Amino acid sequence: MTSSARAEASSLHPSRSFQGLILALHNYWAEYGCVILQPYDMEVGAGTFHPATTLRSLGPRPWNAAYVQPSRRPTDGRYGENPNRLQHYYQYQVLLKPSPPNLQELYLGSLEAIGIDPLLHDLRFVEDDWESPTLGAWGLGWECWCDGMEVSQFTYFQQVCGIECSPVSGELTYGLERLAMYVQGVDNVYDLNFNGGADNDRVTYGEVFLQAEQEYSRYNFEFANTQTLLRHFDDAEAECRALLEQGAAGLDPAQAHKCVLPAYDQCIKASHVFNLLDARGVISVTERQSYILRVRNLSKMCGEAFLRTEAGGFSADAA
Amino acid sequence: MPDLLLELRSEEIPARMQRKAAGDLKKLVTDGLVDAGLTYEAAREYWTPRRLTLDVRGVTARSADIREERKGPRTDAPEKAIAGFLRGAGLESIEHATVKSDPKKGDFYVAVIEKPGRPAEDIVADIMPGIIRDFPWPKSMRWGEASARPGSLRWVRPLQSIVCTFGPETEEPVVVEFEIGALKSGNVTYGHRFHAPGPITVRRFDDYAEQLEKARVVLDADRRREIILSDARNLAFAQGFELVEDDALADEVSGLVEWPVILMGEFEEDFLSIPPEVVRLTIKENQKCFVLRPQGRPGELTNRFIITANIEASDGGKEIAHGNGKVVRARLADALHFWKTDQADLPDLDTLSASAASLGLDLAKPLDQRMAKLDALNVTFHAKLGTQGQRIGRIRNLARQLAPVVGCDVQTADRAVLLAKADLTTEAVGEFPELQGTMGRKYALLQGEPAEVAAAIEEHYKPQGPSDDVPSSPVSVTVALADKLDTLNGFWSIDEKPTGSKDPYALRRAALGVIRLVLENEIRLPLSGFGVSEDLLAFFHDRLKVYLRDKGARHDLIDAVISPDEDDLLIVCKRVEALAELLESDDGKNLLAGTKRAANILVAEEKKKTHIAHDVDAALLTEPAEKSLSDAIDKAEVSAAAAVGNEDFAGAMRALGSLRQPVDTFFDDVLVNAEDDAVRANRLALLRRIRAATETVADFSRING
Repeated sequence: MTSSARAEASSLHPSRSFQGLILALHNYWAEYGCVILQPYDMEVGAGTFHPATTLRSLGPRPWNAAYVQPSRRPTDGRYGENPNRLQHYYQYQVLLKPSPPNLQELYLGSLEAIGIDPLLHDLRFVEDDWESPTLGAWGLGWECWCDGMEVSQFTYFQQVCGIECSPVSGELTYGLERLAMYVQGVDNVYDLNFNGGADNDRVTYGEVFLQAEQEYSRYNFEFANTQTLLRHFDDAEAECRALLEQGAAGLDPAQAHKCVLPAYDQCIKASHVFNLLDARGVISVTERQSYILRVRNLSKMCGEAFLRTEAGGFSADAA
Repeated sequence: MPDLLLELRSEEIPARMQRKAAGDLKKLVTDGLVDAGLTYEAAREYWTPRRLTLDVRGVTARSADIREERKGPRTDAPEKAIAGFLRGAGLESIEHATVKSDPKKGDFYVAVIEKPGRPAEDIVADIMPGIIRDFPWPKSMRWGEASARPGSLRWVRPLQSIVCTFGPETEEPVVVEFEIGALKSGNVTYGHRFHAPGPITVRRFDDYAEQLEKARVVLDADRRREIILSDARNLAFAQGFELVEDDALADEVSGLVEWPVILMGEFEEDFLSIPPEVVRLTIKENQKCFVLRPQGRPGELTNRFIITANIEASDGGKEIAHGNGKVVRARLADALHFWKTDQADLPDLDTLSASAASLGLDLAKPLDQRMAKLDALNVTFHAKLGTQGQRIGRIRNLARQLAPVVGCDVQTADRAVLLAKADLTTEAVGEFPELQGTMGRKYALLQGEPAEVAAAIEEHYKPQGPSDDVPSSPVSVTVALADKLDTLNGFWSIDEKPTGSKDPYALRRAALGVIRLVLENEIRLPLSGFGVSEDLLAFFHDRLKVYLRDKGARHDLIDAVISPDEDDLLIVCKRVEALAELLESDDGKNLLAGTKRAANILVAEEKKKTHIAHDVDAALLTEPAEKSLSDAIDKAEVSAAAAVGNEDFAGAMRALGSLRQPVDTFFDDVLVNAEDDAVRANRLALLRRIRAATETVADFSRING
């Protein structure tokens, strides 16, 4: 057996297991020098919401991080019946600030690291302008295609929380399930080999998540108490504002803001509650815009406050 | 003469922006050269997803020396005047000026300003940074470390390298050196991202293009397009298929690859139960692939499609075709799901009964359910114009009124209106908005609607522009008119009219649609009776003029026949036709001349306040020519008016044409400006009658010539 054949036979090879895919990406980006973080412990719609991306992409300080983020899109729930759509899935998120000059090459290197050979597969960068209305963020970049399938998003952040990025970060978001289905050659997400085990030792994605998809679909579309959720939204919004106010209380311009991260948590919460309300179909077209605006206002205030913290590049003597 | 080679290499440029950007680059650079006093023989631009390239041939090697003499004040002029002269001419002191003498003016100063020419390289190096910094991308971005500083370079995606060489064919070209931020111009580029990752040193365009080709980059987009299309056609033909041609897709795909390689993919035949339009759009929009049909069977599709890859894959493209097939299958599975879902009952039927009852919909039928849903959802059409449901109500009223005018059954038209917008809530149209109408027609036929109702659902959006087909079936025409008139009336009532180049609701197109529907189907439609306001009518007149002018009609003839309250567009058109025909004839031309002459005399005399009789007094007509003119006008007026009453415009024109002879004779034989005041006043009144008679069909004063 050659060494590469031995590697491919390993249960941790990306083409054999879902967790192997994650570990390969971790290794690749860790070797590049990224901080390998763990998922943020809150419900978010995308890896971008993790403060390691949203907030850390603001201000002048260099920052390189990579992490897996469970992402929840309540309206995408299909009761476990659709082979491609999930209301809970994993994004692999990389944020490099400032964006390095060879970011495209780095990204392509990561695909090679998980076994995608660019002379065997057709890799493309297809125009895709990214925008997150709730985060007040936009950027330019591409959808990355592998043989016609979108496997990643590649964005140069221009604005986040309504604030111009200075410097610009490069954000890479890999759809892990899709990518895994591709490298494992599987047509149904629930058939993915999760642990790389063979026969009786094999644990599938379905064994791990099918029940959850069914239960959460019921919750998202049928059971969630909308009155409670509406209240949660208002509470989170009020708490976010209150925390930002207290963190800035008595603040003279020479001092740092004292309570940004907990306030931002409330912003994340409001955003997720809004997504749930949307899935329950209780938000009309006109109300929708105003909810989005309310979340955007929170994220904007959090971003501005973050710039007044140490991580945001604020230094007491400079001010 | 030297040539200039320029390449701006960047990360992938969106396909839709490449062609224009390359054109902009050519214009900016060549304009810059010319402005700096250089000339060039030829320039051509190229583009790929990763580069804009410009090849300028025969550039002058340096700009010409300029010598200019500037005349100054007299030598004895005040100091202030001399100082101003020095400043203007850029001289340090008056010793630098020369003195010339003029026998009349005496001694005066002359400044000789000499600007030496500059080498073309310097000029290029000077203009390039500005061109790159201010490049007119529709959307641009910052990147990297430099983006932390204000005023950092913006480009459509990160700009990676700049090649700029200059030199005559006989010599080694030089690098034209300039810097923009961290980028320095040079003579190194890169080929295909995967096939040829190494650096390539280039000299001039010819070896540049050749080396790129070796490095798996076809520089010329038109050639890439040709390769894609001919390879696709050949591959299809070899398997008994035909490529479904698509120009826009061919353009886009040739902007997505540097080295096109054509492959064929496959999906299950079951998916061919989806309408071909949906299959084609699914594969085109989402996958940028072409579809195929069996040879000689238009309207059908096969279960194969054409992929344009960007690499010569090591396995001959098997994996690529396989992977693309998987994605296409997943997309088609979605499309099939939409197609089936749209034919099934909606899950929330009980919430739709109120809407169904108020609109008169049959909730046993899928498309009726979708219409009820559109109403029940209270989707806003426009904040000031209410919901889609309310809009349908208005269109319905208009259609009921229009049906008898167009000559169609009111009930049939009503049913067609009711279902016309129902497909907006179908899944298929949600996915592909451009299929609105098309899907509605299919679903209507499937639920057993009459063919003309189904056709009207699709055709009521037509015509979409000056070259689109105009529906002719009465039901389609009725619904199309009702829909467009409602849109126009509505936006006019809230004062949302098109201004300049802004026409967000496509109201010009809607008005043109009404005009074409009415004229091409020869419908007499008094617009004022269908809610069209005075102001909107004036807009219709403007659009009609544009339309008729495009058709070759004379603008002045339209002005001559149109009156502000004329609301029947077909009549206007017929009048213009008849008038044009009259003016083609000798009678018409002379009559026009005579009428103009009469009108000019009248205008002059009216200005002078000459007395003009109120009516022609037969007793004062003395000359035979004026008598016969008066008789001729009597007759012509009566028969022209009668013909106009019968809408026989050709007849009216003939009647007027009969005036030509008497008018000519009158001007030949009779002196209008008679000495006797009463006779003169009477003859002027006769001239007025000529003018009045012609006005029954057109305002001749507005006709040119």
